[in-house]
Amino acid sequence: MSSKLAKALTEPIIKNNPVAIQVLGICSALAVTTKLQTTITMCLAVTFVTVFSNLGVSLIRKVIPGSIRMIVEMTIIATLVIVVDQIIKAYAYNISKELSVFVGLIITNCIVMGRTEAFAMKNNPLESVMDGLGNGLGYSLLLLVVGSIRELFGSGSLFGITIFKTVSDGGWYVPNGLLVLSPGAFFLIGAFIWCVKTWKKDLAE
Amino acid sequence: MQHVFDLLIQGLFTQNLALSMFLGMCTFLAVSKKVKTALGLGIAVVVVQAITIPVNNLILNYVLKEGALSWTGSETLASLDLSFLTFICFIGVIAAMVQILEMTLDRFFPPLYNALGIFLPLITVNCAIMGGSLIMEQRDFGFGDSCLYGIFSGLGWALAIVILAGIREKLEYARAPKPLRGLGMTFMVVGLLAMAFMCFSGM
Repeated sequence: MSSKLAKALTEPIIKNNPVAIQVLGICSALAVTTKLQTTITMCLAVTFVTVFSNLGVSLIRKVIPGSIRMIVEMTIIATLVIVVDQIIKAYAYNISKELSVFVGLIITNCIVMGRTEAFAMKNNPLESVMDGLGNGLGYSLLLLVVGSIRELFGSGSLFGITIFKTVSDGGWYVPNGLLVLSPGAFFLIGAFIWCVKTWKKDLAE
Repeated sequence: MQHVFDLLIQGLFTQNLALSMFLGMCTFLAVSKKVKTALGLGIAVVVVQAITIPVNNLILNYVLKEGALSWTGSETLASLDLSFLTFICFIGVIAAMVQILEMTLDRFFPPLYNALGIFLPLITVNCAIMGGSLIMEQRDFGFGDSCLYGIFSGLGWALAIVILAGIREKLEYARAPKPLRGLGMTFMVVGLLAMAFMCFSGM
């Protein structure tokens, strides 16, 4: 039993990573990773929503009529996202400005919807929470890697603290502007998938 | 006229939903293996986008915004600020619109329904649609602008997915390193496409 719980928690982190392997929730993974601060906020928000939407759906899974389950799941997710959005707006207003529409888009993030539909509808609450946590962490892992590379090489800093002094500030580092723009994000995720698939040979197509 | 042209270039190229805003990526990558299916999904997105953004605009301006209910004439209603309900209303409208569209097509245009049928449910969870509405809210578009923005941004998304599908069909024959094949390669191609689309931003 506990091994099943552990599996639900650890499997999505690398082996079945929601972003790199299952290609879910790519939109926000690309859009919010120009700075680590926004990345972390987004990771926390998504993890919170996956955990609690899984819990909520799993608790009432036996009373949801099959034909309207999508709408029920959607309502639970949307409510949680509203809570997250209000909290971020209240306590981190500047970050919420930078995240712009992407907090709202957690509603349509395929990871959240996918996990409630594929896992929480069939499993008990405890396992569902673990699965939600695992997927949230898997998502966060990839985002943090991409976010650190983009911020470090794109603007020479981490969490806004200068690591490489850029030429415009009188230092030596010429920032790679491409990484901050959208193509850089695509290349990085492509490279990440390449690495994971080289490491885990059986996943290659 | 200038304004309409600006919106057109923004929607199609410089602020392309898929390539510069990263919206609707999941379906963008999953359904872009063949040009024919990509085109079907593209058209469906244009239609849904062109309907939902103006409808959401009306709901936002006449129900949800602070003071939006003043047309009812009642003091208490006029002082309400329901904008925290935006997300849940938008997603409800989108789901309902997709459902209505599906039923209408099924009843009146069966060939089109057969062509688009499988894609319509997918569109409810496509973040390009939700994203379009949220961007409309953020930029305070009027009703006319949001109609135009809906059509143009949908077209931009459709253009991007059709181009990608065309390239992917040819990529089948490429001799890429094995772990890079499939998804990894697709991301690289999308990156290059995004660079190409960015070139329009000087216009």
